[in-house]
Amino acid sequence: MSHLLEVKDLEVKFALRFGDLTAINGVSLTLDKGERLGIVGESGAGKSVTGFAIINLLSKPGYISAGRVLLEGQELNRLPEEDMRKIRGNRISMIFQDPMMTLNPVLTIKTQMIETILAHANVSKTEATDIALDKLKKVHIPSSEKRIHQYPHECSGGMRQRIVVAIALLTNPALIIADEPTTALDVTIQAEIMDLLQELCASEKMGLILITHDLGVVSQVTERIAVMYAGKIAEIGPTQVVIHDPQHPYTQGLIKALPGSLQPGSRLNQIPGMMPTLTDIPPGCAFHPRCTISDTICRMEVPALISRHDHDHMIACHVVK
Amino acid sequence: MFAFIVRRIIQAIIVMLVIGLVGFIIQHQIGDPVRDLVGERVTPAEREVIRDQLGLNDPFYIQYVRFVKNAVKGDLGLSFFYKKPALEVILAKAPATIELVLVTALILIVVSIPSGIYAAIYPKSWFSRIIMAVSTIGVAMPVFLTAIVLIYFFGVELNWLPSYGRGETVNLWGWESGFFTLDGLKHLILPSVSLSSIMLPLFIRLVRAEMMEVLETEYIKFAWAKGLHRQRVWYIHAFKNTLLPVITVFGVQLGILVAFTILTETVFQWQGMGFMFLEAVERSDTTLLVAYLIVVGVIFVVVNTIVDIIYGFVNPMVRIAGTK
Ligand SMILES: Nc1ncnc2c1ncn2[C@@H]1O[C@H](COP(=O)(O)OP(=O)(O)OP(=O)(O)O)[C@@H](O)[C@H]1O
Ligand SMILES: [Mg+2]
Repeated sequence: MSHLLEVKDLEVKFALRFGDLTAINGVSLTLDKGERLGIVGESGAGKSVTGFAIINLLSKPGYISAGRVLLEGQELNRLPEEDMRKIRGNRISMIFQDPMMTLNPVLTIKTQMIETILAHANVSKTEATDIALDKLKKVHIPSSEKRIHQYPHECSGGMRQRIVVAIALLTNPALIIADEPTTALDVTIQAEIMDLLQELCASEKMGLILITHDLGVVSQVTERIAVMYAGKIAEIGPTQVVIHDPQHPYTQGLIKALPGSLQPGSRLNQIPGMMPTLTDIPPGCAFHPRCTISDTICRMEVPALISRHDHDHMIACHVVK
Repeated sequence: MFAFIVRRIIQAIIVMLVIGLVGFIIQHQIGDPVRDLVGERVTPAEREVIRDQLGLNDPFYIQYVRFVKNAVKGDLGLSFFYKKPALEVILAKAPATIELVLVTALILIVVSIPSGIYAAIYPKSWFSRIIMAVSTIGVAMPVFLTAIVLIYFFGVELNWLPSYGRGETVNLWGWESGFFTLDGLKHLILPSVSLSSIMLPLFIRLVRAEMMEVLETEYIKFAWAKGLHRQRVWYIHAFKNTLLPVITVFGVQLGILVAFTILTETVFQWQGMGFMFLEAVERSDTTLLVAYLIVVGVIFVVVNTIVDIIYGFVNPMVRIAGTK
């Protein structure tokens, strides 16, 4: 069967002065039409890099060194730049972390919306404006006819993120990649934006890749979840299974570290140690120095991502059976 | 916008009062109005009488207030050498300098913005490398050396361009302009090129650095992620944001440029205010020097106000602040 998105053995490197740094080391995942996938993991695990690699927009010294990215069967990372441009913001939209920084301060919201439509569709400015207004209504922007003429600094953070969501929706994309879309917002607005995203993805049958630190959000919004560690996927599977019955020791640690899983007043559980920097990833399983159940083999061989229980739930661990 | 302009005008007045004070102190300390008026051959007793009549024995602040009052009326004193009101002398010279500075500013804008942007977009291209190398040398090159080299090649060796004076000018309502004759324009080339060479390296580097910084921002990344054509990302999204800091620096540097005209005008025998300033120094024409200071101060303030208003038009945040 054909997937909406298929990432196969993706490898991303950063060409630095002292040599290449491997940020993503063989990531594979799939996403079906209308499916919502969460990517979680510690800071520096490679979540954002994965997102940018999918739309082939890695920042400068970064490049895809191996693997393939397929959207509806079309191989994206081999496309000429102009063809790739036609996919960005059109078939795949992105939502960034900080809405205060995402919108251009010197252009009106209208300009920033209709330029996106005009870059992908052969419509008039009036038609584009109508589409923009329609999307602003979809994200519940009050008095959008007035708002659309304003500059970003005239809107609050929550408002701006709604506008960014509206921009992402403009071209009815098949996939939205949201990189920590609510981290910079306060809690009540976080919930609103998440609800909005979930609702829109469901009603418009859009796929969603939600990158976040927040396991709580992931469990509410997504159907599947991928846990990343040091540029690899440690565990991937249905969200409820992974959250309630995590198999990989790293995932178990992450979930234990959640304040919600504790009695009030008790100490937070932390995974001892730190994620290694990309320059000195230990041999074998990258997690073994922090792992409580590691074995000799963990120090020598990189574990493969293999399905253990049911077909859809995969983990990369030598020890867990 | 109205409040913004009022605020700017108040600032301008304060700046002018300070410049006036500096000018007045100079005149008060080293100038000798009695000599300016009657020359050297007057007895000390007679001098004392004249000093009293002129109010030169009044307290400092009274004299300063009088100085400001006169200055507001356009009376900046008499030039010792020309025996004419200092302002009149300067205003006759001002068009030459203003035209020189205008052409220089034009060269700066037209050259620095495209090349700075090009160097930011294609930092590894050979053109960018050459620009950066040349601008490094340019920073270290003194203006008179540039001027002399230019005069030598284009004036003496090739004999393409005049390197002396303003050439043929046209008088438009009292303004001696070199813009309307081919000869006048030709005469403008070498002085303005050498004057612009002082700041060109700085400006190219500034535009390049600002543009590179803007290209790294999240909103530019987002613009790429929206699938915009690269021309749009560069020339609309990035360029407009690059312009903001560039305009600010440009305003300040333009004022400094007026000061640099002293050297350039002297080298090219350009009959402007800068040339006149050096002559006035040689002749100890203090009144004229102080008047020069004040006129340049006015030009500086006016230019900066105009630049600020332009800034307000590019930056929507200033516009809002102004209407509130
Ligand atoms: N421009 C870059 N140059 C060099 N290395 C980079 C660059 N961008 C990312 N990296 C490397 O890639 C690794 C993964 O970065 P990434 O931004 O994907 O982390 P992340 O999982 O999104 O973390 P966070 O939760 O903090 O956003 C980082 O550890 C970093 O070393
Ligand atoms: Mg990130």
